[in-house]
Amino acid sequence: MKKVTFPHMGTSVGVFADLVRDLGCEPIVPIRPNKKVLDLGVRYAPEFACFPFKALLGNYYEAAERGANYVVTSGGSGPCRAGLYGELSEKIMRSFGIDMTIIVFDSIYQTPFDYIKKINLLNDAKLSYWTIIQLVRLYWRKLQAMDNIERVSHQVRPRELKRDNTTDVFSEGVKWVNQAKTIKEVEEAERQGILALQQIPQDPTRQVVRVGIVGEIYVLLEPAINLEIEEILGNLGVQVDRSIYLTGWARDATMGHKDDYKKHATPYLGATIGGHGQESIGHTIMYARDGFDGVVQLAPFTCIPEIVTKTIMPKVTHDYGIPVLTFFLDEQTGKAGMQTRLEAFVDMLKRKQRTERGEGEDYARVSGN
Amino acid sequence: MGKKKVGIPRAFFYYIYYPAWRTYFESLGYEVVTSPETTKDIVDLGVRDALAEACVPVKIFFGHVQAVKDDVDYLFIPRVMSMNGKTIYCPKFLGLPDMIKAAVADLPPVIDVTIDARQSRLTLQKAAISVAKDLGHSSLEGLKALRKAVHVHKRYVALQRAGALPDEAIPVLFSGDRSAELNLLNSQKSRAKETIYKSPLRLAVVGYPYTVYDKFVNVNLLEKLRDLGVETVTMEMMDPALLDKQSYRLDKRIFWTFSDQASKAAYHYFEHVGEVDGIIHVTAFGCGPDFIVDKLMEIESKNMRGQVPFMSLSVDEHTGEGGIMTRVEAFCEMVRRRKEAAV
Repeated sequence: MKKVTFPHMGTSVGVFADLVRDLGCEPIVPIRPNKKVLDLGVRYAPEFACFPFKALLGNYYEAAERGANYVVTSGGSGPCRAGLYGELSEKIMRSFGIDMTIIVFDSIYQTPFDYIKKINLLNDAKLSYWTIIQLVRLYWRKLQAMDNIERVSHQVRPRELKRDNTTDVFSEGVKWVNQAKTIKEVEEAERQGILALQQIPQDPTRQVVRVGIVGEIYVLLEPAINLEIEEILGNLGVQVDRSIYLTGWARDATMGHKDDYKKHATPYLGATIGGHGQESIGHTIMYARDGFDGVVQLAPFTCIPEIVTKTIMPKVTHDYGIPVLTFFLDEQTGKAGMQTRLEAFVDMLKRKQRTERGEGEDYARVSGN
Repeated sequence: MGKKKVGIPRAFFYYIYYPAWRTYFESLGYEVVTSPETTKDIVDLGVRDALAEACVPVKIFFGHVQAVKDDVDYLFIPRVMSMNGKTIYCPKFLGLPDMIKAAVADLPPVIDVTIDARQSRLTLQKAAISVAKDLGHSSLEGLKALRKAVHVHKRYVALQRAGALPDEAIPVLFSGDRSAELNLLNSQKSRAKETIYKSPLRLAVVGYPYTVYDKFVNVNLLEKLRDLGVETVTMEMMDPALLDKQSYRLDKRIFWTFSDQASKAAYHYFEHVGEVDGIIHVTAFGCGPDFIVDKLMEIESKNMRGQVPFMSLSVDEHTGEGGIMTRVEAFCEMVRRRKEAAV
């Protein structure tokens, strides 16, 4: 039986493991990127590989130790380098004597025959295409459910009375969704998860600022890589809105209007530059227009689209008035350092909000009128 | 009243399309100005404006923009997405005019027309018309200027194929002296032949044109190699058909145009053992695509069991001439000894 592993992307792990199992292969579930995984990745990856590449390569090596001989991952046709990562990872591993075959799924629209050929390669259970489509529908709904529950957790966490309450309930909710076997059960799990979150004791009077998070998709979605930034912010009294979810449409639901980031980004960045370059600019502008207090940009160190974006960001801040804090993450990033910067940032945002509301504090009183 | 001036920074696409672009604007009646050759001062100007994380070529580009922007009426920084409809370029190229406009103050109007052969096969024509009209000329003038530009570009490519470096070919092209051009065409060809017999070494210097031909950033590597009696071959001197034959190497074509070219050039020389005595990959510090390209070349050199010596040379704005030349000389020494032992 093929032993198949895949990238660890936040809450999606259980869903992908199930899909692999249904297709008749044995899933080697990737572990949450930890020091061992990153060390492996850094050792075998070229020095200027971007952080996602190192993390994924490390995951593949770790999975190889547990017997994995296949990897399933997504591809792309540029300009982001990720489209070539599958092939490069395989070449590197083979040059070190590891027998790993990496199956890269590109766009089903651009290369449909290639896509189908690769599905057939994995489909050891010989499921019909109809069954596969049904399964994908079910798992897609699961991913959406988890994203929806996560969105609510972002609203609750800044207001929770007991620290970590939200995180615990969220994990429960994700577990319920993973256990569901039909779309109806998924919807029920989603309802229960959201309800459980809303029932957490909260302090409605607490001052909460709203911060949008933009940037490259992998560092945005994987808490092990972004050092649980959403939790840190939540605990600082910030209602976080992540601009990218794996399933995408959760975003439209949040904002109540269409995600037309391209329209807003084009005056600043006239073309699609790959990765999430235009999205980062466009979403920052949309957050500004929707009255958010600030934006955090997350990018892997050496990510080129985000470097281009960061160069242009000061102009956006100047024109729209929204503060943007950028983090370039890599294996050396320390959580304490990040926390300090975030505390300072949130402090400033809260002060700005109070001033705008007319609740300004007196910093110094000069006596004598 | 003198002619209006259009500035073209002497970096990035300069080394490939300057003759074409200059011809286009001169045909429309403009004077074309470019910045001087890269110097430490220009690099410093660029480092000031560009992001620290940006690669050296981008910093150099920023520097050249600074060096030319005050003397001109327009700056030409097109958004080149794809010239052949199949491959694109590094994201920094795709966002180049936007980065410049966001980060550099006091710019003259920037002509940032988009050229994307994936959108339309007539993208060059459309761009030529669009720029002409924006500047107040007619579509016809734009197309005529484009035709002349394409002509000059073909002559430039021919000169490069014959072995002329950009700073040898460009002055000759614009000197108006056709016989000098013919001389260059033939003498380069014959010079190449002579050097095969006279000089003991032939090395392929593979890398992106804006790194290989920028004498400051690569501390005049090509000239120094020639001084060492080494004949050098660059990507631009190769027949494109040879590169196409290397397409089978990877499942997916590398999407960045220069990277695709460089990898295939290296693969060609790895496969055809003996055509060159060694390969030097010149890469800029911080280059994103190159971490993939360089790794692929390194793996290939190991696969071929070291039949073709391979060296990776990383250059940056602090490039110390001593350090680089020590490594290069050592490499040449090793290659020479190997060659003599094999005889």
